[in-house]
Amino acid sequence: MIEARDLYFTYPNGVEALKGVSLKIKNGEFVAIMGENGAGKTTLIKHFNGLLKPTGGSVFIDETETTKATVATLARKVGFVFQNADKQLFSETVEEEIAFALKNFGFKENIIRRRVTWALNLLDLTQYRKTSPFMLSGGERKRVALASVLAWKPRVLIMDEPTIGQDHQQKEKLLQFILQMKTQRKTIIIVTHDVEFVAECHPRVILMSQGRIIADGEARKILTNPEILIQASIVPPQITQIFLQLSNLKLPREVIDTYEAREKLLNLLEKKAE
Amino acid sequence: MSVFEGLKFRRVYSPIHDLDPRIKFIYVCAIFTVAIIFLELIPLMILFLIQIPFVVLAGVKREWLRSMRGAAFLATIIFLTNFIFSYISAGPENTAATVEYACALTLRFIVLVESFSVFFLTTSPDRLGLALEQTHIPYEFCFAFTTAVRFVPVLAEEAQTIMDAQKARGLELERGNFLKRIRNYIPILIPLIVSAIRRSLELAEAMESRAWGATKNRTNLYALKMHRGDFYLVGITAGILTVAIYVRLSFGIPSLNDLLGWLF
Repeated sequence: MIEARDLYFTYPNGVEALKGVSLKIKNGEFVAIMGENGAGKTTLIKHFNGLLKPTGGSVFIDETETTKATVATLARKVGFVFQNADKQLFSETVEEEIAFALKNFGFKENIIRRRVTWALNLLDLTQYRKTSPFMLSGGERKRVALASVLAWKPRVLIMDEPTIGQDHQQKEKLLQFILQMKTQRKTIIIVTHDVEFVAECHPRVILMSQGRIIADGEARKILTNPEILIQASIVPPQITQIFLQLSNLKLPREVIDTYEAREKLLNLLEKKAE
Repeated sequence: MSVFEGLKFRRVYSPIHDLDPRIKFIYVCAIFTVAIIFLELIPLMILFLIQIPFVVLAGVKREWLRSMRGAAFLATIIFLTNFIFSYISAGPENTAATVEYACALTLRFIVLVESFSVFFLTTSPDRLGLALEQTHIPYEFCFAFTTAVRFVPVLAEEAQTIMDAQKARGLELERGNFLKRIRNYIPILIPLIVSAIRRSLELAEAMESRAWGATKNRTNLYALKMHRGDFYLVGITAGILTVAIYVRLSFGIPSLNDLLGWLF
């Protein structure tokens, strides 16, 4: 479980990025943190593996206060995939890149070999095993970075802007992958601006603005509330916008994905036909 | 690293910031020259003190102190090596003179750091580039220079991000013996170099698509012009140089020991 208690954080240059954030994320939860640029999203998640330490309040990862543990010990539980994760690559081959973290954590040689094979398979990278990561395309490098984190099977997976610069097919794969992780009871936290992506995967949404949490709840409740969303510079998903504009036809307001929208519209048409 | 802190420009405005960088540079060179032609403690002390009003006027005291603190380590080394070697050659009976000699050499270094840090703390990379251009240095060199200066903070930020990313993958920089610690930096240096090269290629493409080098005669939106303050600084610089050269050629400068001996 991840818990933040009245968390404050001020950067050395004086910017107050978090102003009293309190939240609990239970094991196995899928959370999307959303908000405008500079709302403090990335600052918040950097507290979850101890990269940043609170300047006020506290953060606990399973009863351990982050100020009392090193990033390396926390990272064993909390995997963190950076926004430009492809920029962290340095090894000669993809295989070595994925083994890097496993070596840091002191896994045994045979386990490392098995985990690397597993992660390569999982992210469809097996054919690049011996290729240099620098020869791969941007999307492939991102997958290598993700594989290099998944390889040690962290219980919590944090992804910062995972959909940026990804085409539709890659996003679809990412969605499938997240659903698969969910069935394995992993805690998944994503930071994103992509409302359409969030609408498709129905997570718990935490909405941030100016260093504070302004809303926290089901995606369906939050993404269909334009008054709250506007505070965080977010517009509702396109489907929701249509339903909100057609609410005088007695259509429900809380619709965020296309399947649901289709059902509701078919119902309406059937009623009209009767 | 803190010695570099003193070289980092911050956007503040003061009479010193407004001075023409060319004149400031001439001033720094003059201080440099004077520091080289004297090896006695007293003139170097005066030279050190002359620059304090500039620091105060520019409002960069804190940054300047930081760079002085950064220079302290090197200054100590300079003092110790000079003291030890002159002590060996001059013998124990001349300890006071030896200390003074080592102090003078150290102070000379401090004066150099001091003047350069005041220059860089109060001159924006843009104005520096403009100054280079107006002294008819080829634009390619000016551009390369200003870009290099401007990208230092960008690279520093990137290094921090990469460090965070590798720490999140369990890298412990402070772990292991000396050699292991150096090797720990490989996962940070390689991505940093790769991204710097990528960035420079991208920058080159972006520049070319914005007509870089299309004409030989570039014009500038801003041009450097001499103002009243600049003329004052020229006067001050000429004054310092003249007095220094005159004193050097005409008088024997007493050592601090002799001076104290006469006075008390």
